[in-house]
This record gives sequence, structure tokens and C-alpha cells, in this order.
Amino acid sequence: MTMNLAVLIKQVPDSDEVKMDPEKGTMIREGVSSIINPLDLNALEAAVGISRDIGGRVTVLTMGPPQAEEALREAIALGADRAILLSDRAFAGADSWATSLVLAEALRKTGPYDIVLAGEKATDGETGQVGPEVAALMGYNLATYVSFLDAGPRGVSVKCTVEEGTLYQWIPLPCLLTVLNDLNEPSLPTLAGKKKARRAEILKLGLADLELTRENVGLLGSPTRVVRIETPKITRQTEFFSARDLERGIDRVIDILKEAAVI
Amino acid sequence: MRKEDRNFQGILVFGETRSNKIHSVTYELTGKARNLADVKGCEVSVLLLAESLRDDPSDLFRFGADKVLVVQDPSLSIFNQGIAVNVLKAIIEAENPEILLAPATTIGRTVLPSVAAMLQTGLTADCTGLEIDPDSGLLLQTRPAIGGNVMATIKTPFHRPQMATVRPKTFRIPAPRNRTGTLVYPTLPKETFSSPIQSIHLQRAEGDGGNIQDRDCVVSGGKGLRRPEGFRLIKELAELIDAGVGASRPTVEAKWISYPHQVGLSGKVVAPKIYLAAGISGAVQHLAGMQTAQKIIAINKDPEAPIFRIADVALCGDLYDILPRLIERIRVERCERNG
Repeated sequence: MTMNLAVLIKQVPDSDEVKMDPEKGTMIREGVSSIINPLDLNALEAAVGISRDIGGRVTVLTMGPPQAEEALREAIALGADRAILLSDRAFAGADSWATSLVLAEALRKTGPYDIVLAGEKATDGETGQVGPEVAALMGYNLATYVSFLDAGPRGVSVKCTVEEGTLYQWIPLPCLLTVLNDLNEPSLPTLAGKKKARRAEILKLGLADLELTRENVGLLGSPTRVVRIETPKITRQTEFFSARDLERGIDRVIDILKEAAVI
Repeated sequence: MRKEDRNFQGILVFGETRSNKIHSVTYELTGKARNLADVKGCEVSVLLLAESLRDDPSDLFRFGADKVLVVQDPSLSIFNQGIAVNVLKAIIEAENPEILLAPATTIGRTVLPSVAAMLQTGLTADCTGLEIDPDSGLLLQTRPAIGGNVMATIKTPFHRPQMATVRPKTFRIPAPRNRTGTLVYPTLPKETFSSPIQSIHLQRAEGDGGNIQDRDCVVSGGKGLRRPEGFRLIKELAELIDAGVGASRPTVEAKWISYPHQVGLSGKVVAPKIYLAAGISGAVQHLAGMQTAQKIIAINKDPEAPIFRIADVALCGDLYDILPRLIERIRVERCERNG
């Protein structure tokens, strides 16, 4: 049995390095390094685990600017067998639908796949929509919020973390699963992996390589449009209570709890 | 679908039921949909999926619905994304709503993007503001972007329905009014209720206070607790004011508390009425997960802690001194009130 596995990853700014501009209240992103979206590392770890346990090949795909190649090399160092970069000026400005269309087309072209994995959401956009949208475009069975999985030749048993508790489901192949971080503990790259990553060939696909037209991708193909971006002013007037003022500070907290009808 | 494909009209709310009961977020979205519909001069429909509803669906009329569609089937006893997508898609194709709103719960965030992709339309996740553009009549969808530091307003000009998910507690449930509407039990083809996916079992979480995103108050602890047992104090305060228990990422990584409690970009984003943070300095990734709370109370030893900059009330001192005093005061207030 060999499984054809794909992992969808995204390169995001390292949120641990992002600092807040104390005057403007905006994020300072200059000089911040890029990382693989943390939940995508859980997805990759799961795919590598399945391929090790029951045999298979792991292809990692990302849509992004040319420098996203770095994230793909890291994924190879972490155990992926093949990496595909979907990069084209025409892809820029894509919303979740236009992104999903490119990813789905790339899966179709380089597949078929048995299991596709992705992080539940990315730390930058935070929509969590691309995974489910790709699944719908591919006609794959979808499971979301996956915190445990056991893959077999016909399907995957999953546990999904939902508001009410844990949902146990059986997802037949082909399927797409979006995962949470309690799924596993992502490994660190090995020395051999790093060596392999340096030499690995990254397959690059642009608009001309996919059966898509310019009108369907990027900003042009996006059903949603950004009307405006606003920086909300921090309107909070902080009342600061130091050590000798704590009794008054606690009084204030009690007032707030009463106003909110909590006590 | 393109807007010229059909005659799209009205607002449809994809309501949420849990254990055959109507979840409060359904009322929140029905109320909001009513406001939008009054501006547009159109109707509000609410769709409910259940095995066998135990609440009265016609109650939703009083909160703004003109029509409530109840789809009941034994296959809907446990959530099955395949079936839910089939049902919602069938209802959209029959009703042709111009706008579709759904809760940004695990169900809404699974079903809506699937349906949006199938219908080839736009979807905006986790909206905190919805209004109708007076010029174009389009739905303006506002959501926090880039970790909550900017607000982006988004529209879907040419595709229908215009779709958005909204987090629970974003909008208030309106006061009920004396109004009525139409209750419909649509009949759908049998195959709508079958899916290759099998939902086997729902194991309900117990004793853990449920989802912190659903709570009016959240009390969170950070590394300033200095030891895992510190969360006992956090839980004591949380229980006293019926709050959820939150945590910073370092405490979760140190396994002092489980992941569902983690607040921040890599955990849960919460917007409660009151957020109390004890021993959390305020890394950006944490702040982005709670800064839209109505009131923020922060307790920290370090007067320079970034969390103080976004707090309404900053208590600078040892949390092991402050928290017990606060707990004591709340108990006293309770006793005085009760007699």
C-alpha cells in the first residue's frame, strides 16, 4: 500500500517576533522572519507519520511569492518527499476562494491524492476557509478541527474537537483534513533532512502550467474585495494602580464586575 | 453564482442547534439580520437542522425572522458535514438568498466555506461588524485582520449569496417583539441525507466549563503564576464569577493547562464582556486573541508589561496578594447582596 499524501502549507510572519508600535498601535513587521504556519507543521508531521507507517509519498504545496521556496525546503528537511511552489504575479491579491482554486488545480495536476492535510487556519489571515474550500472544489470528503487520526487504506478515523466535546468520524478516501495542534508534536529537522533539503528540486508552477485563466485567479478572480482598512484607535484609558493603591484598584474591579452584572 | 444568474432576495441565517435545542447565537444572528433587512426592505429566513427540535422554532419570529425553515431527519442527530452541506445547498438553491449569515462556530466554519466554494461566491470569516452600504445595497463585512490590529471591511460585489460568518457574542440578542411569521418544514430528496462521511459518536466534554469563546467573562493565567498549581486560584476566581478559564501559550506549552484554554492567535480568539489576565505580560500573539474584550483587567508585577497598555484597569503587584483579596471582596459583596 502506498498512500499519495499532500500537505498544503503557508508561509507566515513569525508572530513571536512581531512587535507593537506603542504610538500607533500597529504591528511592526519589518525585519520579521517568515516561518511555516505552525498548524501546517502538525499537518506535515501527520503526513510523514502516515507515509512511514503504511508507506507513501508526501508532496508539500504552497502558493506564494518566490521566497516561499524557503518554507518548502524546510518542509523537505522535515520529511516531505516532493515540494511544489505555486507562484505567479497573476496569483497576487487572491482571497480564500481564488487561493483554493489554484491549490485545487495544482492537486488535480500533480495528483491524484488519497489524503490532503492542512493546518486548521493560518496565523496571519485566520480565515480557516482554504482547507474546506479546496476539499469542496476537489469533491473530497472533508474533516475539520482534527485532533487525532488513524489512517488506513480505505479511510481515516478522526477525532474532531468541537464546542460540545469530541466528535468521532470515519472519513473515506480521498479526503482533506484540517488539523489542530494537539494532533502531534512536530519534529525538528534532522541533519540528513537538511542536507536533502538543500539539494532538493522544487517544482514551480505558474498560471501557464495550470488549466486556469487570468480572470479566475488572484485579485481578478476573487469574489470578495477589500473596501477599506482601518486602524482602530486604542480608546482604552488605562487606570493604573500601583502597589500602594491596590485597595482602590480592587474597588474599581468590583465596580466593573457589578456594571457587567457579574456579581 | 453571479448576481445576474438568478433573482436573489432576502437574508438567510444558517441557525445552529445543539442537542436539538436552538443555540443563542441563532438569536443573535436573527436580530442582526433583522436590522440589515429593515435597511434593505427584505425578509429574514432562518434555517434550523435537527434530529427532532425540542425548542419552539416560532420563537424566532419575535426576534426578527419572517420565515423559519426546519429540516428534521434522523441523520441529523450528530453533526455530519456532508449532510449539512447538502441541506444548506438545497435550501439556498430553493430560496436564492442575497445574503447568508452563519455562526463562526466549528459547524459554521466547516459548512460555509464548503458551500461558498461549490456556489463560487465570496465568504468573510469572523465578522465583527455587518452593515448595508447605503449606495450599493451591498453587505459590508468588517473583520479584524493581521492579528486583530487593523479592521478590514470587505464586500462581495458580483457574486451571490454574499456570505459571512460571525463569532458568537458579537451581536446582542434583541428584545423580543410581538410579531409573527411563517413556519415551514421543507421536504428534501432522500439522498440529501446521505454522505460517505460517518459521524459515529459525540463525546460531550464535561466539567471543563465548555468553550471559553462562549463565555461572558474569561479569567486567564500566565507564566506569572510561577507554578502549575497557580491555576487553582484562577479557577477559583473563574467559578465565583461564572467565567471561562483562559491561559497564555507558555503555560499550555509547559502543560500546566490543556490547549482548549489557550487564548491568542495560536489558540482561541475571545471577545468577552470582561477579560481578566493575571501574570500575563502580553505578547502580541496573546493580545491579538483578547483585545476586543469590552473590559480588560490586568494584574502584573511589571509596570512596563505590554498588557497594561491595552487594559482598562491595571493592577501592578503580586497576583498571589491581589487575587485572594479580590476573591474575598467578591464573596463579601455576594453576602451583602443576599442578605
